[in-house]
Amino acid sequence: MSISQKVADALIRNKVEFVTTVPCKQLAGVIEIVDQDKRFLHVPANKEDEGMGLCAGAFMGGKRACIIMQNTAIGVTINTLVTLIQYYNIPLPMLISYRGEVGERVACQTEMAVHTKALLAQLNIPTYHFHKPDDVNELDGILNHAFMAKKPVAVLMDAAFWSAAR
Amino acid sequence: MIRSEVIKSIVPVLSGELVVCNIGLPSQEMFMHGDQPSNFYMLGTMGLASSIGLGLALAQKKKVVAIDGDGSVLTNFGTLPTIANNVADNFILLIIDNGSYGSTGDQPTYAGRKTSLTAVAKACGCETVIECKAEDTAEVLRAALKSNRMTVIVSKCKSGNVPVGVIELDAPVIKHRFMEEVRRGR
Repeated sequence: MSISQKVADALIRNKVEFVTTVPCKQLAGVIEIVDQDKRFLHVPANKEDEGMGLCAGAFMGGKRACIIMQNTAIGVTINTLVTLIQYYNIPLPMLISYRGEVGERVACQTEMAVHTKALLAQLNIPTYHFHKPDDVNELDGILNHAFMAKKPVAVLMDAAFWSAAR
Repeated sequence: MIRSEVIKSIVPVLSGELVVCNIGLPSQEMFMHGDQPSNFYMLGTMGLASSIGLGLALAQKKKVVAIDGDGSVLTNFGTLPTIANNVADNFILLIIDNGSYGSTGDQPTYAGRKTSLTAVAKACGCETVIECKAEDTAEVLRAALKSNRMTVIVSKCKSGNVPVGVIELDAPVIKHRFMEEVRRGR
């Protein structure tokens, strides 16, 4: 089974029904599954803060929601994470492609990579780094944790995670 | 009419409806004129009222009215194509367009100059877009709620503010009572 399918299966097992995405090459496989599988309502967003608004609304409408995005998005969503998601206690798993780590081909991506964990730490957002293919097995627990705590959590999936699984 | 008067005029129409209300003065005015548990007040995050409203409308069947402003729609411009392409016939986006950033001192927005949000919404693919005079907002909103059609309303009103107090409710309380209303009668 592909790593993308394993990620999608964990979402299904944890009753995530609403997924918003802003694309990234590494996440293309997961996004395709989320788009095709009718168990998900997939609403692509134009920007990640917009996507977080959609997720907040879906959650209040009774559906577990999740956002799939690139780590560069942390740079554009800090205010939304703090004044909407954290302030109102809205659970939000963020499945994040961790661009700019070892194996990256686009030099510019390394610039946000070095800030990603620091920013998430500053925001007190629990952060999990998936590096090896087996790390995907942690996802069930992480999703469950986010919905229990009603808080955002970040799952950073780096190039090694994706390539080893290919 | 200024925004505060438009909001006062729509309070009876919104009685019992799920309302997602834009940050700043619009929320404070809704709170002052017509607080109800089914109002979700945004205390932060400018621009996301329409996105929260759409997500809510897509996730459940009850009608949802998002009250937004021209400045907030400009801040989150990507929302209009998302709304157009994810049709929720239980969703109404009411943009109270006073051509200014009312909560921050009435600085003019581009919507008050060359940019028509009505034309933008149509160009984005929104199928039912109604521009109306401020005085007609309540009637247009009432008809939109009856229509079972996703509707974007652009209510053109004058710029200006009245003194209004802050919202004393805590954010999780606003969310909690709102979610109870969402679930009620299901």
